[in-house]
Amino acid sequence: MKRRYRHLSAGAVSVALGAALWHVVRVRPTPSVSVASLVADALPASGVSHNVTAVLLNFRSYDTLLEVAVLLAAAVVALALRDEPSARSPAHVMYVALDAFVWRLAPLLVLVAAYLLWAGSTRPGGAFQAGSVLAGAAVLLRLSGLKVTAVDHRLASRGAMTFGLVMFLCVAIGTLLAGQALLEYPAKWAGALILLIEAALTISIGVVLYSLFDNAPQARVSDRESERQRER
Amino acid sequence: MSADRLYAYVGAVLVALALYAFLVHTHVLRRLLAFNVMGGGTFLILVGLAQDGRGPDPVPQALVLTGIVVAVSATALAIILLRRWFATSQTTSLPEDGSS
Repeated sequence: MKRRYRHLSAGAVSVALGAALWHVVRVRPTPSVSVASLVADALPASGVSHNVTAVLLNFRSYDTLLEVAVLLAAAVVALALRDEPSARSPAHVMYVALDAFVWRLAPLLVLVAAYLLWAGSTRPGGAFQAGSVLAGAAVLLRLSGLKVTAVDHRLASRGAMTFGLVMFLCVAIGTLLAGQALLEYPAKWAGALILLIEAALTISIGVVLYSLFDNAPQARVSDRESERQRER
Repeated sequence: MSADRLYAYVGAVLVALALYAFLVHTHVLRRLLAFNVMGGGTFLILVGLAQDGRGPDPVPQALVLTGIVVAVSATALAIILLRRWFATSQTTSLPEDGSS
């Protein structure tokens, strides 16, 4: 009885929300300002020729700065919740075909990431896409049992995680010291600064996403927990 | 009706379906998945509605790109919390309000 009530009320709420959204999409309120044309007008001064990158890293770079901070916060919480390193046992089993494949694929993925980063200034691409490709490469290496030395190293990985945010903050403070508004790049340097920030972000995003994957606790009950439960 | 408008309609349907799944299921992983689908629907509405008949609008696209990255990391964090919860409590759902 209680279950049916739950389904009915959930259905009613969802249908109401869906109908409201449907109505909004159908009516489609017209905005008084066209932000797309504002962006197009300001694009030459942004330092890049792709409009989404210009919005992400120049016009609304404050959002991106905070987003990187959110990523870092997620990674820090994940690190705090990880199993003890001894609990993880990545035993490397040799699979000839898998190893050969991964060894050839990994450098290619790094190359793809570098291209995506570079392409971001003129066409779709950028730090986030490049960072996710890097993280994907690291996950692939990890799943095939190979060691990702640079990321397994504690200090190096912590450094790489914060690198993007630190670089971003340095640029932000630098623009303030130069007498500009926060994150208002001087027109001459805008392109170089955006590429610099994006390169740092790529590394950080890659390492953060990989560490979120790598530090996930085991799904099975740890020995300590089962011992504790036996004692009860 | 343009393709962009179609994306927005699909987004509205996805949000409604995901809300239903989110409310009905008690398994935490199902709730997390439902929440992600809801986020996907929101992204579709944002981008589809903004560029319907006006060409690509970079501002919502940048917003959605930021949203996707945050959603991915938040989902990863939620899965980590979920695994921790399962390891300690041996249940896949959270306690109901009022029950101990």
